[in-house]
Amino acid sequence: MAILEARNLVKRFGAVAAADGISFAIEPDSVVGLIGANGAGKTTFINMATGYLKPDSGAIFYQGAEITPLAPRAITHRGICRSFQVPQLFLSLTVRENLLVSAGIAVRHGAGGRIEAQVADSLERFALAAYADKLAGVLPEGIRKLLDIAMALAARPKVLLLDEPTSGVSAEEKFGVMDTVMQAVRPQGVTVLFVEHDMEIVERYGERVLAFYEGRIIADGAPRQVLENPEVREFVVGEHAAH
Amino acid sequence: MSDRTARALVLALAILLVAGLVLPKWAISLAIISLGKGLVVLGMMLLMRTGLVSFGQGLYYAVGAYAVGILNQVYKFSDAMLMVAAGALAAALIALVLGALLAGYRAIFFAMLTLAFSMILYGLLVKSSALGSTDGFNVDARTLAGIPMGGGASYTLYAFASIAAFLGAWGLHRYQGSLLGRIAPAIRDNELRVEYLGASVRAVVLLNYVIAAVLSGAGGAIVALAVGHIDPEMAYWTTSGEFVFVAILAGTGSVAAPFLGSALFEAIRTVAYQYSPYTWQMVLGAAMLAVIMFLPSGLWSLFERRRARP
Repeated sequence: MAILEARNLVKRFGAVAAADGISFAIEPDSVVGLIGANGAGKTTFINMATGYLKPDSGAIFYQGAEITPLAPRAITHRGICRSFQVPQLFLSLTVRENLLVSAGIAVRHGAGGRIEAQVADSLERFALAAYADKLAGVLPEGIRKLLDIAMALAARPKVLLLDEPTSGVSAEEKFGVMDTVMQAVRPQGVTVLFVEHDMEIVERYGERVLAFYEGRIIADGAPRQVLENPEVREFVVGEHAAH
Repeated sequence: MSDRTARALVLALAILLVAGLVLPKWAISLAIISLGKGLVVLGMMLLMRTGLVSFGQGLYYAVGAYAVGILNQVYKFSDAMLMVAAGALAAALIALVLGALLAGYRAIFFAMLTLAFSMILYGLLVKSSALGSTDGFNVDARTLAGIPMGGGASYTLYAFASIAAFLGAWGLHRYQGSLLGRIAPAIRDNELRVEYLGASVRAVVLLNYVIAAVLSGAGGAIVALAVGHIDPEMAYWTTSGEFVFVAILAGTGSVAAPFLGSALFEAIRTVAYQYSPYTWQMVLGAAMLAVIMFLPSGLWSLFERRRARP
């Protein structure tokens, strides 16, 4: 059974179709890259899958059960968590306090374990220990991204949606950020969907790639196969085909 | 009590209890009022940590006081502890109802709605002749948990107010260290993320609103017993504004800050009124300006700076 499934999702913002009949299914324990130009509908899909936006029509299923009408909080409790393109942190709190809040909420809602142990584990796995007592508001972008993802993982999700995990991160840091994230989530069998504009990242970390264009999926398959698709090369990668 | 704040609170309580034995009557009276109002500001501090400013905390201050008045005058209760507990309970019950509505509002909308509710109570009290209308009425406690005590600002009431303030501050300190307490500043920073982490922002806001109301109700009841008189002014917007004033003056750095701010406010007001009866508000305004300009995080930041100095 698919762990996450979209069925004929439609979402319009005025004349713009951010989702125009999107359907796909994601198998458990897979890593899927979502690519597409700005406005193609990738983040809109994440927002719909996590309850922030409701589709005009269509439905989203998690482990066979519909989650479309649920609020973000309820979807988190089911097992789907997300990170954000612009990290959503508690800027006046330290890194440790950010993790204490996220782990505390997770433990309170049945994630199990001890809060302090979870925080220590997150600090180590995401290489955040050196920043533990720094305010989140003063962190470099790469560390903010890692903290944002570490907080999302605190609820021990089965599906993790990453919205542009390397945007704003320097070219030197981007693989380090992704390696740290993958080493943290893959041993737990977490299914990962990540939105990404960097095709090197997509090719290296994605097992499957979905290419979005104007609210539709124009290619779906292995990274190499999708990135060589002429439509993807023209509309997503930006390479115009020779005429 | 292992942490530093808790030890400091115990020490402060001991100093208060001993000092009360030698303080003159006027100082005892001023101290009880400061402690009572400090409890209200303590609740304000919790709301401010959650990112909310209430311009209507006078509502619960008045509810606590009127609960004392009604029990004393109508039902002939005369035990201070029982009446203060009833004041806190009455405030909690009203806060549960109003908080359910207010929990969905933020920023200026929250502030204005709290103000509106307190002014509705003010209007009801002014129009209610059974509750003394604009004149209010007198209250008089004769016992404290069965122990006889003198009326008004007695040492017994002072000791009770000190213990109540200690329990309020210590309880809030413990609460702030708990998960729910930690969520408060997280809500202030980014409530969307709190929801995405799986917590109900609405429930936490409601809980903090009720806690603030309980503290305000208890504070109002204590002040009513100390002054021996209650009137609708306790629910008027200027009273609520005074609590906001003290909260900004004190800062939100510690649970002790509201009491320090409240004591300083009462002292400045008393002295200013004595030497400048027609322009005492100007002195308070100047004090506020000075704090905003030189100590934007409030008086308590003086202690934090000192601690941070190597």
